[in-house]
Amino acid sequence: MKKILKYLKDYRKESILAPLFKMLEASFELLIPLVVAAIIDTGIPNRDNSYIIRMCAIMIALGIIGLTCSLTAQYFSARAAVGFATKLRHALFSHIQSLSFTEMDTIGTSTLITRMTSDVNQVQSCVNMVLRLFLRSPFIVLGAMVMAFTIDWEAALVFVVTIPLLCIVVFGVMLVTMPLYKKVQAGLDKVLGITRENLTGARVIRAFNKEESEIRYFTNHNQLLTAMQVHVGKIAALTNPFTYIIINGAIVVLIYIGAVRVESGILLQGQVVALVNYMSQILVELIKMADLIVNITKSVACGDRIQSIFETETSISVTEKKEGWDKKETDSYAVEWDHVCLTYQGAGAESLTDINLKVRKGQTVGVIGGTGSGKTSLIHLIPRFYDVTKGTIKINGIDVRDYPIEELRRKIGIVMQKAVLFKGTIRENLLWGNKEATEEELWEALETAQAKEIVEGKEGGLDSNIAQGGKNLSGGQRQRFTIARALVRKPEILILDDSASALDYATDAKLRKAIRERKEQMTVFIVSQRTSSIQYADQIIVLDDGIAVGVGTHQELLQTCPVYQEIYYSQFPKEEQ
Amino acid sequence: MAQEKTKRKKQIQTLKKVMQFIGKHWLFLFLSILLGAVTVALRLYLPILIGDAVNFIVGKENVNFHGLFAILQTMAIIILLTAGAQWLMNICNNKITYQVVQDIREKAFRKLEILPLKYIDSHSYGEIVSRVIADVDQFADGLLMGFTQFFTGLVTILGTLVIMLTKNVGITVVVILVTPISLFVASFIARKTYMMFKLQSETRGEQTAFIDEMIGNQKVVQAFGHEKEAMEQFDAINNRLSSCSLNAIFFSSITNPSTRFVNSLVYTGVALTGAMAVVKGTLSVGDLTSLLSYANQYTKPFNEISGVVTELQNALACVARVFELIEEEAQTPDAVDAVEKTQVDGRVSLQNVNFSYVPEQKLIQNFSLKVKPGQRVAIVGPTGCGKTTIINLLMRFYDVNSGSIQVDGTDIRHMTRRSLRAGYGMVLQETWLKAGTIRENIIMGKPDATEDDILTAAKASHAHSFIKRLPNGYDTWIGEDGGSLSQGQKQLLCITRVMLCLPPMLILDEATSSIDTRTEIRIQKAFARMMEGRTSFIVAHRLSTIREADIILVMKDGNIIEQGNHETLLAQGGFYANLYQSQFSM
Repeated sequence: MKKILKYLKDYRKESILAPLFKMLEASFELLIPLVVAAIIDTGIPNRDNSYIIRMCAIMIALGIIGLTCSLTAQYFSARAAVGFATKLRHALFSHIQSLSFTEMDTIGTSTLITRMTSDVNQVQSCVNMVLRLFLRSPFIVLGAMVMAFTIDWEAALVFVVTIPLLCIVVFGVMLVTMPLYKKVQAGLDKVLGITRENLTGARVIRAFNKEESEIRYFTNHNQLLTAMQVHVGKIAALTNPFTYIIINGAIVVLIYIGAVRVESGILLQGQVVALVNYMSQILVELIKMADLIVNITKSVACGDRIQSIFETETSISVTEKKEGWDKKETDSYAVEWDHVCLTYQGAGAESLTDINLKVRKGQTVGVIGGTGSGKTSLIHLIPRFYDVTKGTIKINGIDVRDYPIEELRRKIGIVMQKAVLFKGTIRENLLWGNKEATEEELWEALETAQAKEIVEGKEGGLDSNIAQGGKNLSGGQRQRFTIARALVRKPEILILDDSASALDYATDAKLRKAIRERKEQMTVFIVSQRTSSIQYADQIIVLDDGIAVGVGTHQELLQTCPVYQEIYYSQFPKEEQ
Repeated sequence: MAQEKTKRKKQIQTLKKVMQFIGKHWLFLFLSILLGAVTVALRLYLPILIGDAVNFIVGKENVNFHGLFAILQTMAIIILLTAGAQWLMNICNNKITYQVVQDIREKAFRKLEILPLKYIDSHSYGEIVSRVIADVDQFADGLLMGFTQFFTGLVTILGTLVIMLTKNVGITVVVILVTPISLFVASFIARKTYMMFKLQSETRGEQTAFIDEMIGNQKVVQAFGHEKEAMEQFDAINNRLSSCSLNAIFFSSITNPSTRFVNSLVYTGVALTGAMAVVKGTLSVGDLTSLLSYANQYTKPFNEISGVVTELQNALACVARVFELIEEEAQTPDAVDAVEKTQVDGRVSLQNVNFSYVPEQKLIQNFSLKVKPGQRVAIVGPTGCGKTTIINLLMRFYDVNSGSIQVDGTDIRHMTRRSLRAGYGMVLQETWLKAGTIRENIIMGKPDATEDDILTAAKASHAHSFIKRLPNGYDTWIGEDGGSLSQGQKQLLCITRVMLCLPPMLILDEATSSIDTRTEIRIQKAFARMMEGRTSFIVAHRLSTIREADIILVMKDGNIIEQGNHETLLAQGGFYANLYQSQFSM
């Protein structure tokens, strides 16, 4: 929680002024009982009506000044809280973006969303409340005590006992509820997760007629959440009654002591009234403070959850830009795997074992192998989505870890298995590849990706809208747009990770042909299940269970690699050759 | 002005709906109100006692200790009773609030399960999720505050007025005269801020949707180095949110100081008239003390109520968005006379079917097809030709615009959805797994499957070999959307899921596209066995699958352009023949 408070720094002025003005308001409020005591002890016995009116005028003046102070404070605290939350969200979003694939795999999207939304909101409203009340309430509580001392120190001792007692109750409840609120939030996360899941899986759930059981599942967790909320609520609800007992008990004692002091002539009747008034003022403030504490308790839990995201460091270390790193680039190999091993975090076994592969500039490389054989892992190492655990990967003769990460990724155009597009126009999506791409370049990329007809068929052309997640496009259309997006950046290295799976054979073939005919000398990696897709590659690497069981051309592998043979003949039965 | 009125009307309607939810917990509500009344009554009695006590302390050697003790004793008892009643009331309120929230959330979730897919397809997940989670949460906060403070506040005001009247009519009149100002100020501000809160809530929804999109697809964002642009877009929304939040928060926070100021006027009024009355001798100092503390107690609820009113406004704006979702038109319910078919033979026919997602863009036109039980239908065509549309129609995810689809000779609109869908086994192109164990995912379609059934199905779909290598085998927990499983492994699980149920009709949507061919060939064998005697629809581009189909539907631009088997279509030399040959053209 502490660390995230640094985002309040830019609002130092507001964060100081807000409580200050609140305190001013409070001090004027503290004067009221004295004015009333003066009316009772001076105005009434002397039957001085004009004195009473004067005193009342003072009270109204105090009210007006109080109002002004309070409005000012309110404005500053709102500014600080909202500004803080805005900065926090910005920092959080930026931090999440810096996390690598490894962290994203483990944290999960829905948690991140709650943290960025409801957790930040909670912290925001807490900051707002704290700024308004954290000085004001203690100030009034202590101020009331000080005022009591100015009236009569012996009676004021009641305050000295009462206030710590109140603190014990309030903070005790806070200590107990704090961890419980964390649990509540986790329960809310679960409910959110289920809701999301039911949206993304609506078709499957309905196809399997699982609506009822999903509702039961949701109801279950929803009820658990409610039970937790009620439980925490029960404990938190103790605060008010307890403080009520303590304060009013103190008033009883105060009246008794006051009575004794009046009897012996040390105090006046009006002064007893003032003492009682101060005590009730403490109650009002304490109720506010208790609310504040409950709020803080919740928010600290939320704040901690936010902070834990900040504390999740990216596992991909970013290289400081070294002078002259780019001069070391050599022409030797475009990409080179040198004794590469990869073990995913938390995984028991290696996903890639001792991979060696050298790829020249402009070559096309096919990557083939069974499910889970490590094809995607192999190519995800090139843009450093994951870092190798042993060995090195070099691009143009330089270790990928020595490149500044943006430079590295700028060289690479990747098309992933899952075709993801974003809300916006087709143009906007394509420009992801290269912001500066010209209209011509866009069309060129679309043509290569076999997506030109799709765009031409749309009324808005390049400016037609794409819904969130590309939901208004078919799988094949999405896939072709993602290919075009990668081509727009004219990458040195193009990676197609099983990205023609939703394309029919004809389109797939045309696509490959078009890519080959592009003017740039791209090094192309094609990951595929289909031998026909990689048959004409300059090199083919065959993976089996993370081990390269064959490297060579189609013809070579057909002669020497049993795994490759098996794959090939399963797709093209021998009699058709 | 008219707009203002409809807005008001909407608020009242929302409030009524909320009341219906609360009404279900009438027992707790009754208890809460009762305890609230008790708390307030006891609380109001305390200042009288204090006033009486002060009256016993007149001055030096003029204190009536005997009377004082009796009063102090009563006070102690009253204090304990108040605290007890208050605690119980708080518990009741907690219970009602969270129950209501639970009910609303559940209702919203139930709605999700019967919303037409059209709605889900056309709304962002993040926005819907934000309605069910964040909005409901905000509502809970507002409601709880409303409960704990609104009612007791009202009772306090009324009770105080009554007691003050008994003490001194003149002073009470002063108080009553000032009151409307306070109410007016509060309601004026509340009205102004409602729109601001609504705007805030909408902007938040927009932001959530954006976060969902970018964080959910972070891998792509990073691959394209798009972080900066995403950040810029995020900041744009964030800044908009910032300014509308500032408005909402600041203007709503004016309420408190303003009403407090009005209250200080009331307090001063009481002090003035009270002191004059004491001077005149019509009031005792003790009475003045209790009147003043009543003036304090009387005005405090106004503070609270006005605070609550703003909070309730916010809560209402939030819950209105939830109700919007709840009241969204559901899919057409099953017809009253809908048949529950337990056994279908797999006869499927489409007659003159017309369908389009949007009226402007016609897709399937006047399409007819007859499929005999056990026949295999392959749907082929260039990407984007509308193959998935057929699935949407067969499974009744969408309804046809005209014409009819029949299973076993019954129009599917006259069957229960449950029995229709139970008749199909579906493997979609986009794999979807729920967070849970592997086993839970497999038995989705058949919860009562035995261990043997599961193993047989998993072996048949070749999923067994990878599952058994997972840390906890079939009990391995997989996260959201399959978590760490590879695309192919996810697909295998989806196939296993269908393998376990073996319904009479199958829909396979490019199901094997991400599985390596070695495994695929085995799966296809298993499929062939599974498809034996089962009507199957396969969206495929594997030639082997297509070749073995009884009927091949060749689609282009949403229409069926050719229909026949492999040989006849090749002989025709049309679009299909072209498509087929292109595989070997390179």
